[in-house]
This record gives sequence, C-alpha cells and structure tokens, in this order.
Amino acid sequence: MCLAVPGQVKEIFEQGGTRMGRVNFGGITKEVCLAYLPDIVVGDYTIVHVGFAISKIDEESAQKTLQMFRDLGILEEELGVEPVAAPLSVSGP
Amino acid sequence: MKYLNEFRDGETAQKLFREIARVTTRPWAMMEVCGGQTHSIIRNGIDQLLPPGIELIHGPGCPVCVTPLEMIDKALAIASKPGIIFCSFGDMLRVPGSDKDLFRVKSEGGDVRIVYSPLDALKIARESPTRQVVFFGIGFETTAPANAMAISLAAKENLTNFSVLISHVLVPPAMEAIMRSPINRVQAFLAAGHVCSVMGYWQYPPLAERFQVPIVITGFEPLDVLDGIRRAVIQLESGRHEVENAYGRVVNFDGNKPAQQMLENVFEITDRTWRGIGMIPKSGWHLRPEYRNFDAEYKFEVRGIVTKESPLCRSGEVLQGAIKPNQCSSFGTVCTPRSPLGATMVSSEGACAAYYNYGRFIQVEDLATACPVK
Repeated sequence: MCLAVPGQVKEIFEQGGTRMGRVNFGGITKEVCLAYLPDIVVGDYTIVHVGFAISKIDEESAQKTLQMFRDLGILEEELGVEPVAAPLSVSGP
Repeated sequence: MKYLNEFRDGETAQKLFREIARVTTRPWAMMEVCGGQTHSIIRNGIDQLLPPGIELIHGPGCPVCVTPLEMIDKALAIASKPGIIFCSFGDMLRVPGSDKDLFRVKSEGGDVRIVYSPLDALKIARESPTRQVVFFGIGFETTAPANAMAISLAAKENLTNFSVLISHVLVPPAMEAIMRSPINRVQAFLAAGHVCSVMGYWQYPPLAERFQVPIVITGFEPLDVLDGIRRAVIQLESGRHEVENAYGRVVNFDGNKPAQQMLENVFEITDRTWRGIGMIPKSGWHLRPEYRNFDAEYKFEVRGIVTKESPLCRSGEVLQGAIKPNQCSSFGTVCTPRSPLGATMVSSEGACAAYYNYGRFIQVEDLATACPVK
C-alpha cells in the first residue's frame, strides 16, 4: 500500500491551479501531482505514491549508501578476520 | 531502473548477509513495520538467509489489513446505495465484510470502480455531476496527503457530489501500542521508510528513549532491508537505542513540510480501531468539522454501523507478531487469497498473503524434519 516507485520528472505544468508533471518510470510515463514538491525541477528523480510525488531522491545520499556497501567488510578481509558469527546462545537475550 | 537495480544487487546482498552474521552474537527479534517490507523480505527469502536467531516479526503496516470490519461494512452499505459510484484502491475489493465484499456489491450491480489515485475519483466526480462519487480513503501517513489534496481540491471547486470514507491510521501510536503489549517480543524496529518520507522521523527519538528500542528508518529494496537489519543488530549488540536513518536518499528528519501542512489543514487526530488489534488511542485521522460536507460517514448516515470482528481469524496475533501466518490452523486450508478469512490474506502486503504466495506453508524449524539431508 505504501509502495512508492522512483521516477524521473520529464515535464512540469499547471492544471487548474495545481502543480502537475509527467514522470518517467523506466519507460512508462504517468501524470503525477507535484504540489508537495514545490522545488523539484525537470530531470530530478522523485518517489511517487498513488499519483503523488512525496519525496525528491537525494542522489548524493544514494551514492554514499552504495559506496558504504562497497566498503563493507573490506577492513575485515584485509585483517583476515573470518566473516562468521560467534556461536549463538540458545536462550533468549 | 535507476535507484532500483543498484539496490537489488545479489553480490552486495551476500556481503550484507556476511556482515550481519559477523556482527551477530546473540538472538534478536526485530519488527519490520511496513507490509511492503514484509513482502520484500518473503519474496527475496531474506528471513531464511539470516543467521539463526535473527527473527523478523511482521508488523501491522498494511492499511488494508488493519482497516476495521466496521469500516468495510460502512463501505459496503454506501456502495450498495442506488446511484453511487464507489471508488477504491483495488486491494480493498476482496476484503471480507460481515457478509460480503465490494466485488460482490459490484456483481450485484453496484458501480464499484478501482482507481489508482484519489485524483482519479475526483476526476470521475467532475465528469459525472449527477452522480454521487465516494472514495474509500484508507492508508497510513504515506497515502493521507493524496487523500487530503483530493478533499481540499473538491472544497475549492465546491464539488457537492464528492465525498470520502476516511479510515486513516498512524504508525507511531501503533509502534507504541506494540511496545506496551504484554505479549511484545520486539527488540528493535525497522521503521517504514515511505511513511517517514512524508512525516520525517522527528516523532521517533522519544519512542526510542522511552522504550529503549533502536529504530532504524528502512527502505524497501533487498539491500535497504538488509542494511536496516545490519544497523539494528549493531545497535542491539552494543546496547544502544538510537534513531538511525538507513534510507537517506528518500527520507530526511523533517519530512515533507507542504504535505504535513495539508494534513494539518484537512485532518485531525482521532482514536481508531485497528482490525485484529483493537482500539489504539489517537492512532488515526478523520476529517476536520469544516470538511464535514465531504465526509461520507455523515453524508450517507452510516455512522451507526457497529460490527464485531470474527473470532475465526487470528490475523490480530499475526499483526502483533505473536504468531507467524503458517502457525494458524486456517492458513492455506480454509483461508486462501481466493477465499480469505481476514484481510492479512487479501492484501498483497499482508503477511498471510506473502507467506501463501511465496509458498511458506511450513515453518523454517520444521524444514529439517520435512526435508532431511541424505
């Protein structure tokens, strides 16, 4: 239900006083309400839920997360630490 | 697609699984709040690949699942009235009310239409001025701004043939109710990323502090979910209980201010009954009195309908994480997506439907006996 899909803003226009736009989702273009993102511009990526753009995607943050994924475990590999958990206790915490 | 494929990469997922295993020394139980996350976890088999002892408890974040039977009965009563065009998200049509569902109303001649957005319902109202158009406005904080906008536009345009049956619920009060429950086993939360894209996460630090529970704002792609789990485990292992944002590309602390302002203008906080859980104080929104002309409960006089839940369905225990769907004796036998006993089997995000659709008919701990290694 709270499913929201990332897409790229291709066009921005007014419709009856409401800020609307056309957003491209991997080849499929849909009309989307942009009223909640007054600062978004053509070319930006946004998350769209039930026909409304609710959040602008922060490219810098996305790149930071992906870089963090790339760096994960590098230190352990260099130090030769086994990537295996310590034995789990049988009782609850 | 950009921002999807990068967060579904198999090799990185394996790395995250190894990292979770490395930092885990004890069993921990955490709840993914949103049904979209449950769907991602079960579809990708994430729960089966985690180190033994890391348990994911499936939370109540499926609006279709928690909409009370009473509200379904109100929808059925309105949709059955002659001349009404009743618009709803598709998921709601198969949710059983006391004696039928919206599909049955449609098959009996009712004008029930599936729409993608509340703006589609508004468009139908503009184009059918002689008919009353009612939209079934369910959902969490993610969906509420869309419904608020539709109502605000209808008011601006003085549309007299558009109204909304509102059943909005809020995530933070539900998280609090879960932590207060005597049967609670949740030690950390993976908070619902898209709810936070609207609301931000300024509401969470007091919750984390009061219940000493780590809260990690988590996205929906497999790598997002794995990173949420990794961060929650690291906090649990080191005895911390902080609010952490693992979905920074979409969520910031303040959330979407224009959307929050619209919600404030159109809705006010109310007590809500959650299907299978019961009444949670101040856990929902209803329309402010100045928008009463757009409130279908008043317009069609269905406020008097009171319905009790069926005792057969154990979805309440599923929604609170007390049992897994396949621990219910009705699961997959008398209760299937084609003939559901409760809403958790209906919605594509419901935990029971996710277990059914991805073949989880058997519990993980029983797998060893069912499929012995030769």
